Amino acid sequence: MADVVTVLLPGALVRLFPGAPRCVDVEAATVGDAIAALDRRWPGMGDRLCDSTPAIRRHLNIFVGGERARLDTALPPGGEMLVMTAMSGG
Amino acid sequence: MATQVMLLVGTKKGAFIVDGDASRRGWSLRGPFCETWPINEVIADPKTGVIWAAGGNEWFGPAVWRSVDFGATWTHSSAGLAYAAGEVPIKAAWSLALGPDGTLWCGVEPAGLFRSDDQGETWSHVVGLTEHPTRASWEPGGGGLILHNIVPHPVDAGRVWVAVSTGGVFATEDGGASWAPRNRGTRADYAPEDQRYPEHGQCVHALAMAPGMPDRLYQQNHCGMYRSDDGGRQWVSIEAGLPSTFGFPAVAHPRDPDTLFLLPLNGDQAGRYMPDAAAAVWRTRDAGASWQALRDGLPQSNAFFGVLRRAMAADRLEPAGVYFGTSGGALFASGDEGESWAAIAEHLPTILSVETLVRDG
Repeated sequence: MADVVTVLLPGALVRLFPGAPRCVDVEAATVGDAIAALDRRWPGMGDRLCDSTPAIRRHLNIFVGGERARLDTALPPGGEMLVMTAMSGG
Repeated sequence: MATQVMLLVGTKKGAFIVDGDASRRGWSLRGPFCETWPINEVIADPKTGVIWAAGGNEWFGPAVWRSVDFGATWTHSSAGLAYAAGEVPIKAAWSLALGPDGTLWCGVEPAGLFRSDDQGETWSHVVGLTEHPTRASWEPGGGGLILHNIVPHPVDAGRVWVAVSTGGVFATEDGGASWAPRNRGTRADYAPEDQRYPEHGQCVHALAMAPGMPDRLYQQNHCGMYRSDDGGRQWVSIEAGLPSTFGFPAVAHPRDPDTLFLLPLNGDQAGRYMPDAAAAVWRTRDAGASWQALRDGLPQSNAFFGVLRRAMAADRLEPAGVYFGTSGGALFASGDEGESWAAIAEHLPTILSVETLVRDG
């Protein structure tokens, strides 16, 4: 079983999933695992975070240990995964 | 309950609903819905009142939103609304249409078609269109490589027409398994002179089906206005008498197959606003043989706005209401088939689509 990590989600995302908190603990070894866990809890959240490439959506950034992460980036036990919207729009 | 008219408005910053009654004089605005996502088209099932909105958000990708309570609450789904891994991902949902068997069709960017057999909960890719041999030659127009218009046959669920910018019109007669281009007779002015009537590659802007005559289609193209009386196999120009050959929307009358509403702009290289900066909807009552400008109540000076491909619609009342929304965020309504107009909303975001839902009393 993977260790628990804490995921911090942007407000614009949680507004799409009523009841979802900004801060959630999941068991995951990689960023991709964590997104899969989020999707199991809030069906459809995975599609909002990843495209079909598959890759983290272009205008989202995920940081692990202060570094920009990819789907295969490992999550340290007890660590944080920070999901942020990028500068975008018009 | 008295008859209610709802205008379903897609904008660059969310969906809006404008509520009115059969008089079509007093209106009230609700919104923005869909978390202010860009919404390219909003439609409703006239039987159930379920509303769907197609859009895409730069952060979170494409989705089709749904409301089963006339806009009070919304959910969203993109389950299955995806190309295969490794392909260019879908950026936005662009168009929606409901078939006679309840199939919900959705066009996307980059251009392709999806279908839902469960009211928009889940989607499946219509692979036959993506695998059409011409697909590799489709080029993005000004709005991107988009499948922006879907016209289902009103009775035969197997027959559907779609419009791709820039690929042209394609039709299926077997529910989407196979597709054929339907562009003969429409021009491609940007091709060398001896190649201006190709089989595909034209920049179609809008398709409209004549009521009661499903083989009669009207088309607004980047290069001209057209009518087909054989399901799009052959098109004839109906642009004589109009102020330009360029525009975006085309809207059929709810009952009269000879009546069509267009909104010509001044030209694709002239600014794409109202001709002479004076707004008019143009109407034919004889299938495009002659045209009448309808200006009463529309701004006749300094009208430097455009009207995009899905941003005009008619209701089914008698007389028919006609509505259009502008690039500058104004919404105009006519309750008398275009004879007179009034601005019913201003200062909205750029309007991308207008549709109607009539609820009987």
